[in-house]
Amino acid sequence: MSGASQIVIDRVSHVYRPPRGREVLALDNVSLEVRGREFVALLGPSGCGKSTLLYLIGGFMPMEQGAISVDGRPIAGPGPDRGIVFQHFALFPWKTVRENVLYGLEKLGLARQEREQRARHYIDMVGLHGFEESYPSQLSGGMKQRAAIARTLAIDPQILLMDEPFGALDAQTRSLMQSELLGIWGRSPKTVIFVTHDVQEAVYLAQRVVVMSARPGRVKAIVEVNIDRGNPAVFKSKSFIDKVDEIWSLVRAEALKAQQGRGE
Amino acid sequence: MKSALLRYSPLLLLALLWEGSARLGLVSALALPPLTEVARSWATLFREGDLWSNAAASLYRGGVGLLLAVVFGGTLGILMAWWRPVDALLSPLVEVFYPLPKSALIPITALWLGFGDGSKILLIFLGCMLPVTLGAFNGARGTDQVLVWSARSMGASRLRTLWDVVLPSALPELLNGTRTALALAFVLLVSSELIVARSGLGYLIGFLGAGGTYDAMFAVVLTVAFLGFVADRIYQRIVDRVLQWRE
Repeated sequence: MSGASQIVIDRVSHVYRPPRGREVLALDNVSLEVRGREFVALLGPSGCGKSTLLYLIGGFMPMEQGAISVDGRPIAGPGPDRGIVFQHFALFPWKTVRENVLYGLEKLGLARQEREQRARHYIDMVGLHGFEESYPSQLSGGMKQRAAIARTLAIDPQILLMDEPFGALDAQTRSLMQSELLGIWGRSPKTVIFVTHDVQEAVYLAQRVVVMSARPGRVKAIVEVNIDRGNPAVFKSKSFIDKVDEIWSLVRAEALKAQQGRGE
Repeated sequence: MKSALLRYSPLLLLALLWEGSARLGLVSALALPPLTEVARSWATLFREGDLWSNAAASLYRGGVGLLLAVVFGGTLGILMAWWRPVDALLSPLVEVFYPLPKSALIPITALWLGFGDGSKILLIFLGCMLPVTLGAFNGARGTDQVLVWSARSMGASRLRTLWDVVLPSALPELLNGTRTALALAFVLLVSSELIVARSGLGYLIGFLGAGGTYDAMFAVVLTVAFLGFVADRIYQRIVDRVLQWRE
C-alpha cells in the first residue's frame, strides 16, 4: 500500500441542527486520509455522522470546523470530480434511464454523439439494456440503483462517494450488486468511500474499514482488510469470518450506546 | 367510446326532462324555452357568425390572461420557495389577496383599462395568478434535497438547479393550481363581459337576455358550459401527457 493521500480530512467537526429539537454533535474532530484508488468503508451505527462526513466531502454542506482537501485543494462546493450514489437512488423521476445518464454528460459539455455512446456503454454495463426509455417509477429498487450507478460512473469521477447505496435493496440483489461494484472498481480503479452500517458488506468490499463511534461521531478504529475476494467461498473463509468478528466487537459497543442514546 | 356514451347518458335524460317540462307547460316558456328552440337559435347564431366572433374575443382574453397568470404565478411561487427574502416580501401579500373575491376587481380593471380586451386580460391575470403561485410554491418546497445535490454533483450551478430540478419537482402541484385557475378564468371572463364589455360570450348573454330573446340566451349559456367542459378535458389530457413519468 503506497501512494500519497488523495483525500485529507483534517480535524473536522460538524453540528447537526434539526429544525426542531436539540443540536447534535454529528462529527467530533474527525481526521482521516484516503489514498488514490483506495476502497474505504465508513462503518457505524445510524447517527454516527458517517453520512454527514460523506456530504462534507461531496461539498453539499458548508464546512464548520476543520478542513477537507482533495488532491491538495480544499473543497469548495460539489463537483463532477466526486460522483455520489445515494441510498434512495436520487434519480430524476421525470427523466428516463437514458435521460438520467445523459444529464451529467450534458453538463460536461460533451458532443452529442459522444454523450449517447457513453450513456449506452454505462447502461449496458449495469445490465439495463432494454430499459433505456423506462422511467424510474417503472423500475424495481435494484434496477433504480443500477441506473443511479450508471449515471454517476458515466461522468467518470475520480472519487466515488456511496451513501449506503445497497441499504434499500433486498438481500439477494444487494449481494449481486456488491460483487458487481467490486468488478467495476477492479476494471476502472477509483477512490471509493462507501458508507454502510453492515459489517459484512464493509469487510467484503473495502480495503480499509473506518469504524465510527456514535454521538459524537469519532473515528474509533481503522481496520485493514486483506481477504481473497476472488474466492467464491470468501464468505466462509476463516480470514473473512475473523475480520467480521473483530469489527463486529468494535461496533457492538457503539450500537448499544447509540440505542441508549435514542432511548433517553 | 361506448362507456363514455353510457357515462354521459344522464345528460340525455336531463335534456328530455327539459324539453318535456317546457312543452307540457309545466314551466313558463319564458323562464325555460324548450331545448329544441334553444338549439334552433344556436344554429342561427352560429350561421350568422355572432357566436364565432364573440367566442373568439372571449377565448383570446381568457387565453392571454391565463398564460400570463401561469408564467408569472409559476415563477413567483418557485422563487418564493427558493429564496427566503422573496418569500418574506411576498407571502403576506399572497395571504391577504388570496381570499379576495376576484370579481370585486372588475370595476377597478375597467377603470384602469376601459371596456376592451385589456381590462379582461388584466382581471384574469390577477385573478388566476394566486392559485398557480400557491401550487408552484408548495410543489417547489417539496423538492427532494438529494435531487438538488445530485444535479450539483454532476456540475449544475445553483441557479441551474431551479430549472433542472425545482421546476420539474413543482410541476404536478403547479399544474393542479393551473386547473383551478382555468375554471376561475371562465368565471371571471363571463362575469366581467356581462358587466363591462362590447363583445364576448358574456356580453352576448347579457345582450340577448336584455333583448328578451331567451332561447338565444340559453344557447350561449350552454355554449359557455360546453367550452368550459372541453377546455378542462383538453387540459387533463395535456397534464396526463406531461406527467406520464409518475407512477
